[in-house]
Amino acid sequence: MSELAKPAHLRRRSAGTDGAPPGATRTTRTTDPGAGRRPDRSPRRRAGGMAALAIPVVLALTLAACGSSDSGSGSGNGSSGGDITVGLITKTETNPFFVKMKEGAEKEAQAKGVKLMTAAGKFDGDNASQVTAIENMVVAGVKGILITPSDTKAIIPAIQKARDKGVLVIALDTPTDPQSAVDALFATNNFTAGELIGKYAKAVEGSKAVKIATLDLAPGITVGVLRHNGFLSGYGLAAVDNTASDQVTAPSVVCSQDTQGDQAKGQTAMENCLQKDPGINLVYTINEPAALGAYTALKAAGKEKDVLIVSVDGGCTGTKAVQDGKIAATSQQYPLKMAERGVDAVVDYAKTGNKVSGYTDTGVTLIAAKPASGVDSKDVAFGLANCWG
Amino acid sequence: MMEPSVVGAEAEPRTGAGPLLRQALGLSTLGPLAALVLAGLFFSIQSDRFLTGGNLSLIVQQVMVVGTLAIGQTLVILTAGIDLSNGAVMALGNIVMTRLAVASGLNVYLAIALGLLTCAGFGVLNGGLVTGLRLPPFIVTLGTLSIAFALTHIYSNEQTVTGLPSQLTYLGKTFALGQTDITYGSVLMVALFGLTWYVLSQTAAGRHLYAVGNHPEAARLTGIRTRRVLLGTYTVAGLIYGLAALLLVSRTGVGDPNAGQTDNLDSITAVVLGGTSLFGGRGSVIGTLLGALIVGVIRNGLQLIGTKSIYQTLITGILVIVAVSVDQLARRRQR
Repeated sequence: MSELAKPAHLRRRSAGTDGAPPGATRTTRTTDPGAGRRPDRSPRRRAGGMAALAIPVVLALTLAACGSSDSGSGSGNGSSGGDITVGLITKTETNPFFVKMKEGAEKEAQAKGVKLMTAAGKFDGDNASQVTAIENMVVAGVKGILITPSDTKAIIPAIQKARDKGVLVIALDTPTDPQSAVDALFATNNFTAGELIGKYAKAVEGSKAVKIATLDLAPGITVGVLRHNGFLSGYGLAAVDNTASDQVTAPSVVCSQDTQGDQAKGQTAMENCLQKDPGINLVYTINEPAALGAYTALKAAGKEKDVLIVSVDGGCTGTKAVQDGKIAATSQQYPLKMAERGVDAVVDYAKTGNKVSGYTDTGVTLIAAKPASGVDSKDVAFGLANCWG
Repeated sequence: MMEPSVVGAEAEPRTGAGPLLRQALGLSTLGPLAALVLAGLFFSIQSDRFLTGGNLSLIVQQVMVVGTLAIGQTLVILTAGIDLSNGAVMALGNIVMTRLAVASGLNVYLAIALGLLTCAGFGVLNGGLVTGLRLPPFIVTLGTLSIAFALTHIYSNEQTVTGLPSQLTYLGKTFALGQTDITYGSVLMVALFGLTWYVLSQTAAGRHLYAVGNHPEAARLTGIRTRRVLLGTYTVAGLIYGLAALLLVSRTGVGDPNAGQTDNLDSITAVVLGGTSLFGGRGSVIGTLLGALIVGVIRNGLQLIGTKSIYQTLITGILVIVAVSVDQLARRRQR
């Protein structure tokens, strides 16, 4: 920061007198006002400085203690829980899907009388925080870790180290790459989730020529790829199954944009797609926040009645949007079930040494306000009764 | 004969172990040291697993990458600049190293060298823009942040690079010190801190850096080549970010294009907590090490006692305000 940019009372006194002759006796002061002039360690000022440091540190540590007693108060009431600790690591703290997952895990942990430790990344894709969390939880002595991996490949070494130490590792919602890197996977079949809404859209549109926009997640993330491919496969536009690792496309897909599952980015993506092709009449979205963003963009363009939006998630906000007619259909998934079964599996492992393994499908249901012929769906009432969030 | 005493020196003889130690742990580092000790005590009372050798070694490993970034950040901040691009440059470095070694099949050491060169190159870019075009470092590094981020994602094609040759992850290997496993990477980080401290406090180049940061005009008039010092600082900082990239690769075992997105702010936090002034010319790199350790201890300790991770963010924010306040009080004291 240049001297002249600082407010006047903070500038050094020689600023503004350019070209002061070197070797002048006042040079010491201009380069270091403090050294060699007067003792600057008067006890009263130093004490003041230290006090300023100490009080907020004490405050911070008190908050830490309160924070821990908050999260610890819900456990230890069970009969035989005792020393069992379960770890849950989600992608972020803020996405409602993971908030619900955490709540489900906490409830189940309380019911079983075990302790739950939670952690999350700072953003979707934050691998480093998840690695750190795994290490810290292993040191803290967890019996099992439930994780929604942010980077399905990069997390493998850390998971391996945990498993080597005898910790059970279960992936929730998102499979690791390779899937065998964890002991077990409890997840929605994301391909099926996409297929269901694809079939529904086909049943509604029939033989009409469609122009499709896909609002996807982010490059390289398996959940996004599976839902996208499932949708196209269910619609009958692509011959692809759930083993494909890349997103496929079809001639009817006129626009594909990434949204990171975010509402604001979904809106921007939809606006861009409409600019590219105003004739879009079917929108596949990766999740409900993206779908709501797309709806806002369509409404602003006056097209919300002409365009069909389908989505995945089945959160309560999204299901309400189905009820309101903003989203035509959504595939509902069950994060609470994932968390509950995860906690149960770890408790079982801790008590009996039984390791759960393989893939457990936690279920997906198509929720639609208006049923379409030939496609099984449940109505909005069912959706609202079983929604999360 | 009054010698112009260059900033940052306590007015005492610079020989012997006693004064050396006092110099390393100058007044600006007493605060962070006290905070670190306090936090350590607090957590060792709350959890009996905290003070174990294994856990302490883990903390150092977790601090390793941001700590190394913070060394470069300290150098830049000492010149009254700031570097927002360091996390992104590190990410680019880690992708360059790993992709060249795995996808392009280059010799591992050549790949590492090219990765370091890429990061140093960004340092030259930053320094060149700051000294040549006289642009504010905040603006320059804000731009190079996005450039490095984009280059990382374009070059990596969003793919995480796996299957790394063992030489790349060598620094992640451990050796046993008594009962504890220590990684070579942690040793490298501590050595880098020691080397930087030595250069900053015991060599002319280091004193010139402090002088330029404290008062560029006076430094120029005493014959210091200000622009050369600044350019050199940014370049060395870039090289250090390259070393951070190597440490990152050794820690995670993969080349991750999403790495380091919030590390620029974390490195600034470590520098500020360590007592270095954002106005330049004051501070010690040892303080930065303490600052990085404080953040690491708090994160690890809070996890051990089961606190929600959002509280770590809250507490870190409070501590940053505290550190800057103490710095301001100290500056006012010296008028």
